Amino acid sequence: MKTFTAFWNILKKDFKTYYLKPPNISWGIIFPLAWTGMFFIKSGNNIESVQSILPGVVALSILFGTTSLLSVTVTFEKKNRSFDRLLLAPIPLEVLMLAKTSGAIIFGIINSFVPIIMAAFFIDMSHVAWFVFIPAVILIAVVSTFLGLFIAVAVNEVFEAQTFSNFFRFPMIFLCGLFFPISSLPFFLKPISYLLPLTYGADMLHGAILGKNSISVGINIIVLLFFCTLLFFLSLRNVRKKWIL
Amino acid sequence: MKNGKHTAIKVRKITKSFDQVKAVNGIDFDVYTGELFGFLGPNGAGKTTTINMLTGLARPDSGNIYVNDIDCIRNPKTVQHLIGIVPDDSNLYPELSGFQNLCFCASLYGIKKIEREVRARELLEIFDLVKAADRKFGGYSKGMKRKLTIAAGIIHHPSILFLDEPTTGIDVMSARQLRLIISELHKKGTTIFLTTHYIEEAERLCDRIAFIVSGKIIRIDSVPNLIQPIKSRHTLKIICAPGITKLKKAMEDNFPSMKIIIQEEGVLRIEASKPIPVGPLIRFLEDRHIDVFEALRIKPSLEEVFVDITGIKIDSMKNEKEKSGGTS
Repeated sequence: MKTFTAFWNILKKDFKTYYLKPPNISWGIIFPLAWTGMFFIKSGNNIESVQSILPGVVALSILFGTTSLLSVTVTFEKKNRSFDRLLLAPIPLEVLMLAKTSGAIIFGIINSFVPIIMAAFFIDMSHVAWFVFIPAVILIAVVSTFLGLFIAVAVNEVFEAQTFSNFFRFPMIFLCGLFFPISSLPFFLKPISYLLPLTYGADMLHGAILGKNSISVGINIIVLLFFCTLLFFLSLRNVRKKWIL
Repeated sequence: MKNGKHTAIKVRKITKSFDQVKAVNGIDFDVYTGELFGFLGPNGAGKTTTINMLTGLARPDSGNIYVNDIDCIRNPKTVQHLIGIVPDDSNLYPELSGFQNLCFCASLYGIKKIEREVRARELLEIFDLVKAADRKFGGYSKGMKRKLTIAAGIIHHPSILFLDEPTTGIDVMSARQLRLIISELHKKGTTIFLTTHYIEEAERLCDRIAFIVSGKIIRIDSVPNLIQPIKSRHTLKIICAPGITKLKKAMEDNFPSMKIIIQEEGVLRIEASKPIPVGPLIRFLEDRHIDVFEALRIKPSLEEVFVDITGIKIDSMKNEKEKSGGTS
């Protein structure tokens, strides 16, 4: 119960201090809006193209929304030493890091619904397999958040976290099958695609929205869970090694 | 347990290195329950590194630490329930108000909402921060920030409190108020581990003091015991015009029972085992055309002991600390 009180209050504090701030709320709305608009225009104002770009836009909205915020909630707090206060509290490190990342996960999930709500005005969404879509969104939000956490604890400065994030994020746009099928990539890039977690999340979204997935849902879920666990425990190891000197 | 006293903190041969530098080099000490223990040393002596190891924010390379008989290295989270920590930097959340900061810190110890709000209001009252309760922490003055940081450190009624340089960089009034609060906590039975570079503060507050220099503890004892050897020493400080360096030998010949130390050009320190006659000394200097401006009797103090033992100049220690922004 005591641990839950601490967990809940860290999450609540982060929402109040970071996620519910106007710049972050507007980021959560404007970013998916810009992506959708950009791809819509690129496809020659074809309404039907909205459906084909939707999985990619949803995945990108989550990826950018979650990874951007971890550099603030973790790296910035470490830099100004308020994170030390959390490390000195009698909360298991695993719970502390889950509390610090839960806000970003929720923020990522909320972000994913912005393009969905927008698309609902243009296309028929009745065919979407929500029972696959919802787990896909949650898993992408978790894996992206833990990727952001891994980056946030690997660096010392906020700008380093942002730069390092981009090093992962931008190649993922092209390599994870968000907008271009992996099969159309040069042969030497294909193995890299399968090493990136977003590939599996995007595949689930393609299956849920377009009914076109190349990997079975079960395998996608297992691989995503594997990436979540790996990234979370690597981050914990880095915190223990770098921050508890 | 030693001499009927229960040991709150037991440290044995802990070492800690950063790259090639040994920050803490095999130190041993005990802090007894209810004691106010001072850790005194210059900047970079290893004070903050020691506190970090005692509180679970750093792991020693070797050695053992026990807090209330709990192995702090193996079970830091169990220990963190019992201790309160006030770091050298006021690291609360600038975006939250004073009241919100205290409530948030209480929640980290699992304290329920009603209890934490009552406790936060109680502490705001004690620390004279009621009027600033709803103001953002980021807008507080340095003294107010220190007070709220200490309040956050004791929000969960810890039995052991670690205070890292609590009065560094704050105004005289706030420092005085903080010392009173620390004394009150001590009277109520809280075990306090205090690091400071202010010798007068350590002398005034602490039951026992450890001198730490370059990662090693040079001496641990109670204030009366530390001062005892120099109690019978008589010291005089003479401030005069420049030109005394060349007279040192002549002075030593004229006053063989006195130890003549030239602290700097124009500042003489004279030590003797008997009361020092001022007249002959002043006449000696004036006869040699050295104007004397001031002659001060120096009372035996912890500062004298510290200088004797460590050879560190107190003024340089203070200046170094203020320049560094108050971190050790």
